[in-house]
Amino acid sequence: MRRLAALALLLTAVAACGTDETPNTSTITVFAAASLKGAFTEIGEKFEAEHEGVTVRFNFGGSADLVAQLQQGAQADVLATADEATMTKATDDGLVEALAYLGTNTLEIATPPANPANVDSIDDLTSPDVKVVVCAPEVPCGAAAARAEQAAGVDISPVSEEQSVTDVLGKVISGEADAGLVYATDVKAAGDKVHGVPFPEAATVVNKYPLAALARSTHEPVSQEFVDFVTGPEGQAVLGAAGFGKRP
Amino acid sequence: MNAAQQSGVPRWMVVPAALGAAFIVLPLVALASRVEWGDFFSLITSESSRAALWLSLRTSAMSTLLCIVLGVPMALVLARMSFRGQSVLRSIVLLPLVLPPVVGGIALLYTFGRQGLLGETIDVLGLQIAFSTTAVVIAQTFVALPFMVVSLEGTLRTAGERYEVVAATLGARPTTVLRRVTLPLVLPGLAAGAVLSFARALGEFGATITFAGSLEGVTRTLPLEIYLQRESDPDAAVALSLVLVVVAVLVIGLVRGSRSNAL
Repeated sequence: MRRLAALALLLTAVAACGTDETPNTSTITVFAAASLKGAFTEIGEKFEAEHEGVTVRFNFGGSADLVAQLQQGAQADVLATADEATMTKATDDGLVEALAYLGTNTLEIATPPANPANVDSIDDLTSPDVKVVVCAPEVPCGAAAARAEQAAGVDISPVSEEQSVTDVLGKVISGEADAGLVYATDVKAAGDKVHGVPFPEAATVVNKYPLAALARSTHEPVSQEFVDFVTGPEGQAVLGAAGFGKRP
Repeated sequence: MNAAQQSGVPRWMVVPAALGAAFIVLPLVALASRVEWGDFFSLITSESSRAALWLSLRTSAMSTLLCIVLGVPMALVLARMSFRGQSVLRSIVLLPLVLPPVVGGIALLYTFGRQGLLGETIDVLGLQIAFSTTAVVIAQTFVALPFMVVSLEGTLRTAGERYEVVAATLGARPTTVLRRVTLPLVLPGLAAGAVLSFARALGEFGATITFAGSLEGVTRTLPLEIYLQRESDPDAAVALSLVLVVVAVLVIGLVRGSRSNAL
C-alpha cells in the first residue's frame, strides 16, 4: 500500500512539472523565428525592465515548426514568423486575429572570412568550382533564395539544401562551403566569422516579418503590450541595429 | 494467469509495465491513424521519396559492409585478446552509441571536413568528402559500428574458446581456426549485429545533417526527407515515417529470428 502511495506521489510530481508559474508574477511566452533570436532576446530584457513582475520566455525555431507546435496546442502568447506564408497558416487556423509587422529582411551572400572562392556577385555562385549551400525551397529562406535566383536570372546548383538558415551559416563558418545564401541579419550577427557580399537583386526579394498576439493568450493585455513594444521605437531601434529593414 | 505469481514478480508491477508498453505502442498507433491511406502509395513513390529511399538503402548497405569489415576484427580483439587499456578501449568503442548524433557529426566534420584534421590529406588524394554520399556512409558507419562490435563480442564470449583450443591442438593455424571454427560458430551473432547496424544506419539523422548536408539523391536520406517534408507536406512525412516503422519491425523480426537460431 505504501508503495502504491509512493507511486501516486511520483506521478503527481511528474504532472506538476508542467506548471511553474507563481501567482504574483506573469510570464509571457513568445514563439519567434530563429533569425530573431539576438534582437528579441535584447528586446525581451528591455521589456522586462519596463514591466515589473513580467518575465518573457522565448521559444526560437523554424517558423513552420512553431506554427505546427501551436496547431498541436502549445501554449504561447505571441508569435513572430520569418515570412508571411507561415503566419497565414496561423491566421487560417484562427490562432491569431490582428497582425502587425516588425520589420523586413533581405538575402545576402555569406562566405568564409577570407572569401576563398572570390565571390563578388550572385553570378559567381553559378560557377561549378564554388561550393554553394542554400536553404531547401520548402523553408522560408529557401523560398526567398529561389526568388532571388529568378530575379537575377541565374541557376545555382547547390551542394546542399539545408533545413534552416542557421544550418547554411554553420557550413559557411566551418569553411565546408565557399558561399551560402542567408539573411543580411545573419551576416551581421555572425560578426567577423563570415564575410558578407550584398547583391543588388536581393532588393527584389524582401521578407516581411509579421507578429501577433495569439488568440489563446491568457496574458492579455501583456501580450499585446509586447507586440506594441516590438513595433514601437525601442523595439525598432534594437531590430534596426541587428540589420532588419524598416517595418512595411 | 498465475504466471506473475509463479515467477515471483509482484502482481501490481503489471500496471506500470502495461503503462510502459502503451507508452511505446500508442505513438505508433497514432502515427498509423494519421496516414492518408488513399494517397499512401503516391506519397511514398513520389520522385523525392524514391530518391531518398534508394539512397538510404544504398548507403545503409555500404555502412553495414564497413561495419562488418571493421567491427568483426574489433570484436575479436576485444573478446579474445588481453592487453593493457582493453576496458578503456571497450568503453571508447561504445561512445557513438551514447553520444548525441549531432556531436558525432561535428566531430566528423572536424576530422574529414575541408578544414578538418585529415582535410589536407584527403585533398591531396583528390577526394571530395564534404557534401558527398561518402560523407553519409561515414556518418552512418560511425554511429552503427558499436552495434556490430557489442553484438558480436557478446556472442564470442558466450560461445567460449573450447572449440578453438581443440582446433589449435589439432594443428590448425589461427587464420584457419578463425575461418573454419570461430566465424561459423558466431554467425548468428554476426548476422544480428549486421541487421542492427543496418537499422541504425537507416535511421541516422543528426550526424548526417551536420556532416553531409542535404541534397536530393546525394545526401538526403529518408530521415532527412521526412524532416524536410514535415515543413511543407505533413501527409508525406507521416507516410514515409510509416515506411521506416515497417522496416524497423522487419529488422526486429530478423534479429529475433537469428537469435533464436543461436540457441
